[in-house]
Amino acid sequence: MAILSAATLRELQKTSDQMRLDAITMVHRSKSAHLGSALSMIDLLAVLYCHFLTVDPKNPKWPDRDRFILSKGHGGSGLYAALAARGFFDRSVLEEYGRDGGRLAVHPSAMLVPGVEASTGSLGHGLPVGVGMALAGQRDKKDYKTVVMVSDGECDEGSTWEAILAAGNWRLSNLICIVDYNKIQSFGRVDEVMPLEPFADKWKAFGWGTEEVDGHDHEAIAAALSRIPFVKDRPSVIIAHTVKGKGAKWMEDTVASHYQSPTDANLAQAQKDFSCSSDA
Amino acid sequence: MRKAFVSTLVALGKLDPRIMLVTGDLGFNALEEFRDTLPHQYLNAGVAEQNMLGVAAGRALSGRIVFAYSIIPFVTYRCFEHVRDDVSYHNLPVCMVGVGGGYGYGILGSTHHSLEDVAIMRTLPNTAVICPGDPLEVAAAVSAIIAAGTPAYLRLGKAGEPNVHAGPLTNFAIGKGIVLQDGTDVALITGGTMLETGRDAAKMLAEKGISVRLIDLHTVKPLDRALVLKAATETKLIVTLEEHGPIGGLGGAVAEVLSQLPSHARHLTLSAPDAFAGDIGSQNYFRRKEGLTAAGVTEAIRQAFSASERG
Repeated sequence: MAILSAATLRELQKTSDQMRLDAITMVHRSKSAHLGSALSMIDLLAVLYCHFLTVDPKNPKWPDRDRFILSKGHGGSGLYAALAARGFFDRSVLEEYGRDGGRLAVHPSAMLVPGVEASTGSLGHGLPVGVGMALAGQRDKKDYKTVVMVSDGECDEGSTWEAILAAGNWRLSNLICIVDYNKIQSFGRVDEVMPLEPFADKWKAFGWGTEEVDGHDHEAIAAALSRIPFVKDRPSVIIAHTVKGKGAKWMEDTVASHYQSPTDANLAQAQKDFSCSSDA
Repeated sequence: MRKAFVSTLVALGKLDPRIMLVTGDLGFNALEEFRDTLPHQYLNAGVAEQNMLGVAAGRALSGRIVFAYSIIPFVTYRCFEHVRDDVSYHNLPVCMVGVGGGYGYGILGSTHHSLEDVAIMRTLPNTAVICPGDPLEVAAAVSAIIAAGTPAYLRLGKAGEPNVHAGPLTNFAIGKGIVLQDGTDVALITGGTMLETGRDAAKMLAEKGISVRLIDLHTVKPLDRALVLKAATETKLIVTLEEHGPIGGLGGAVAEVLSQLPSHARHLTLSAPDAFAGDIGSQNYFRRKEGLTAAGVTEAIRQAFSASERG
């Protein structure tokens, strides 16, 4: 049985389109990079923020909220688009992305932006911090979940594996890691730079329950999240197979999508592609 | 100092369940009391200091006051960026507790010595750097760190340090030095693992007719600028004494204050050298070798004071 109704799926598609256009617009306006990394996880963020996470945008520090950490902080434009979509702030705030005197740095700061749980930017930090949050929830017997999104390249970091080992050992069933497995890291393809396969087996060996999904299929993502924890009393990892730069046809699945800023023509193309939901 | 740290934390932890102790798999013969008395407030994070600091930050973001414990190099150099990004940037109540200041780990060698830690930890915004000089000061510092609720680095000796202060410190404050003895010729600014040596040197200098103002500057950051400036105007020679390299520690911090003055008394820096150990030995061996004994300090100050008197 489907987890999401047809109406919800339509709404999620509309939200994802808007988020993609927002991310492209932010990166275009600031002439910055990392757009490919934001676009590969948009569908995951849309399902998290508009379906899965129990949060209160009016009260971002509500103690019982679910926590989300974007460990791959360079995808900040995607996170900001999600926070705006969920109502943490008005979409007009997105204009502050990369702007002098603004609050939205390329890498998100918890000190500056409501809804950002942890400041990230250096890779290999988010999962350890998430483990600490999940441990606090476990010890306090709280129901909240902690979700951490990591990149595939970030799984080169030793600290990520320190956290994976610890979370398995401490049986943090309230912890969910999502790997945005777009197969391209900073300066090359994952299978050329530092192959991760057999990836799921590595997590399993460290005591995690694992599922692999199409990271652009809203229903599949929601269905996987509905089965958490995948293994009783164990942390869960969703290995989400994604396409870097998804939706930006001029840069999909390229190393360059990590660096190229959209041209005016690219932006116009995106506005056309996503026009059905671009009502702002 | 380690024992004072643990017993203080046990006492305070019993009163405040927010207080946590996390260790990077170290603390044999030291942390057992906390582990066994307050098991729900204790965590062994394994030999994984980067993750330990991230976990500490995550728990602090969930309402805890966390003390993260290891030997100094492992809780500072090894995980420095995790301290910087996860703890200091978020301005969290996490205290990095390092044991074995200076040459404390003696024959274990340079990997276990800490002669650069004050310098690097002092660069972190939001983060206090506190080097207690005796067990009584450790107890006072731990209470003050908990009350402050902000990041701190607590640099401890290894073990067995005697008390220098006469009794429990009721007036301890982070960022406020303590004048242990007034004097007019020389201001001897010290603290941490050199406090006892400084006290003994002050006595020996008095016997040589040199009046020493002995300043216990337990907090290197934020520095007690007023106390340093007062000493600079009221004495003829400023001396800093530390069991740390010559770059960026207590001497550097004091020099940063003095250098802003149009003129000031001479500043003599007594420290370990900018070098890894060239041979092996105990803490006392290295202290003797580098002139960080009461006799060595006394002689260095006597010579510098005579020179400044001759003008």
